[in-house]
Amino acid sequence: MKEKTQVEDIDRSLYDFRYEEDESNYLGSGITAEIIREISEEKNDTEWMREFRLRSMEIYNRTPMVEWGPSIEGLDVDNIVTYIRTKSRMSNDWEEVPEDVKDTFEKLGIPQAERESLAGVGAQYDSELVYHNVRKEVAESGVVYTDLESAMHDERYAEMIRSHFMKLVPPTDHKFAALHGAVWSGGSFVYVPRGVKLEIPLQSYFRLNARGAGQFEHTLIILEEDSYLHFIEGCSAPKYYEAGLHAGCVELYVGKNATLRYSTIENWSKNMYNLNTKRALVDEGGKIEWVSGSFGSHVSYLYPMSILNGRGARAEFTGITFAGEGQNLDTGAKIVHNAPDTSSYMNTKSISKSGGISTFRSAVTVNEKAVGSKSAVSCESLMLDRISRSDTIPVMDIRTDKADVGHEARIGRISDETVFYLMSRGLSEEEAKAMIVRGFADNVSKELPLEYAVEMNNLIGLEMKGSIG
Amino acid sequence: MSQLLEIKGLRAGVEEKELLHGVNLSVGAGETHVLMGPNGAGKSTLGSVIMGSPEYEVTSGSIFFEGEDITEESADKRAKRGLFLSFQNPVEISGISLSEFLRNALEQITGKHMKLWDFKKKLKAAMEILGMDSAYADRDLNAGFSGGEKKKAEILQLLILEPKLAILDETDSGLDVDAVKTVSAGIEEYRKRTGGTLIVITHNTKILEALNVDKTHILAAGKVVTEGDGTLVEDVLENGFERYINGGK
Repeated sequence: MKEKTQVEDIDRSLYDFRYEEDESNYLGSGITAEIIREISEEKNDTEWMREFRLRSMEIYNRTPMVEWGPSIEGLDVDNIVTYIRTKSRMSNDWEEVPEDVKDTFEKLGIPQAERESLAGVGAQYDSELVYHNVRKEVAESGVVYTDLESAMHDERYAEMIRSHFMKLVPPTDHKFAALHGAVWSGGSFVYVPRGVKLEIPLQSYFRLNARGAGQFEHTLIILEEDSYLHFIEGCSAPKYYEAGLHAGCVELYVGKNATLRYSTIENWSKNMYNLNTKRALVDEGGKIEWVSGSFGSHVSYLYPMSILNGRGARAEFTGITFAGEGQNLDTGAKIVHNAPDTSSYMNTKSISKSGGISTFRSAVTVNEKAVGSKSAVSCESLMLDRISRSDTIPVMDIRTDKADVGHEARIGRISDETVFYLMSRGLSEEEAKAMIVRGFADNVSKELPLEYAVEMNNLIGLEMKGSIG
Repeated sequence: MSQLLEIKGLRAGVEEKELLHGVNLSVGAGETHVLMGPNGAGKSTLGSVIMGSPEYEVTSGSIFFEGEDITEESADKRAKRGLFLSFQNPVEISGISLSEFLRNALEQITGKHMKLWDFKKKLKAAMEILGMDSAYADRDLNAGFSGGEKKKAEILQLLILEPKLAILDETDSGLDVDAVKTVSAGIEEYRKRTGGTLIVITHNTKILEALNVDKTHILAAGKVVTEGDGTLVEDVLENGFERYINGGK
């Protein structure tokens, strides 16, 4: 008999630490008008925002549950504590951040990351930004990187936020967009003025701490003409026994000839429902580059959308999804070609193992006026065993003859022969499989900044541990 | 037991089908053995089973390496003991460079960390022997390599990993005259440097020219039917397998 390794649960100890919550910090469960008003009160919302939240709540209450994707029956929104008061106010000084919060971040390596040339840290702890620091040179270049709440009260940005907030993702978009509109809290606001090209990436690190807490952070980024920004969003959350919900919202406005690179590694704990909505509007000659790694959560619905609204606008999407035991990850991307000569390129990889389900879903729409546009979609899936599943659901809606559209899909299983080949060179079965998966994910890790590529490789290593049954 | 490899009554196959019907084979340390036989005789199967391929199930018999029973061992453990198989059809792996893979393999086998600089030097020297363009080191493992380059890459691995016993499964097949020469030079270098043991599965003499063949085994229908010295190879090539297969009866 060949040697066998028992299937173990993935070692997530690195990510599974958590501090006791002070119960008095909960505002209560569910989303009633009373809670919404309390949030508004707490946030010192402007009048329009108070109304916006209440209107979103009404939309939420009359919008039916999502039924076309993986089951979210395990999610009981009424029992999710939607909001947790901040333990501390915003801080620009690391010394002022409370000890337990600091310790959590230390474990995640935030201060180190910052030292290592990351431009600023906007880390979300529970539902509030508690630590926020933009390096001097970034501030001097005129780039604004702050939390949305305080920016809303700053007369320089108030109007800008009002005219952009949830205009790309309106509360009527879907039930969880409405929920987000009602209870959103925390997140980032970034404004890059005309002609400013920020060399160093901005980073935010989101993290859920309270048991059963939903997280509804909002990211709003506005790039003016000819500017450049790389924004990195990293997520990880501790493990819980109750269902957790993430319904964040990301709205990106890419101005004329501007380029925005938006990188994410999501590593939610395995009981999370990740129902995040991300959307970018790209002007003439502008470009959005998405790099997206989805590793965690129990169920994910994630399809960043790019709307190419000006002539020659471009979108690139590079994504990887890794679904392990008990995970059903429905990910992909949407592209709307809304102007002539626009182009899009989508390249995704998905991996499933130990019964995990990974579904690639894409939608490419080329409107009548988008003549001379090009779109190429390539998706590849790798199943590591016979009990895992991989699906590909590409949708294309082409309304002009003058467009060049291509699609390529490949689904495969890790071959015994390949594993044997590597093992015959001294690699253990686990190492051999991890190497194959790393190679498979290579084109995504190449797109990531070095420290994130290392983190992704480590995550693959963690996910592969005990994968041999 | 002075034999490096000792195979006794080996029966193996896939699912219900037995492919090796009791193979006996002894290979002494430092010797060069040739394994010949008609297509479908089980030569590649035997090579794979010696290496520990999970594709085949051993139903009876044993494989001893340096006196230890390795019949149930996984391929990586056998590799660490010093076994090596040059694949007839090396697999392609994208996203992993030849250099990265080989350094990883070397560290696994030796259990020692090797400095990148030292490894690169070692790799470069070996690639020169095989006339391989150094650009291949950074290319994805075997991906898009021609048949000849794949075989050279196998011999490159042989030179870097320096096993005690190397099984070369039709390393010369599909190669042009020059490529066979290059590959042979690599094999010769391996012999010279390590005094390593070889089991060469082949249909040709070209690859054997520079080697001193100690023993030839003829495999037919999953059994060793004839054994002899180096001259048996010439004989077979001249007269065919028929008389040995029938003569063995």
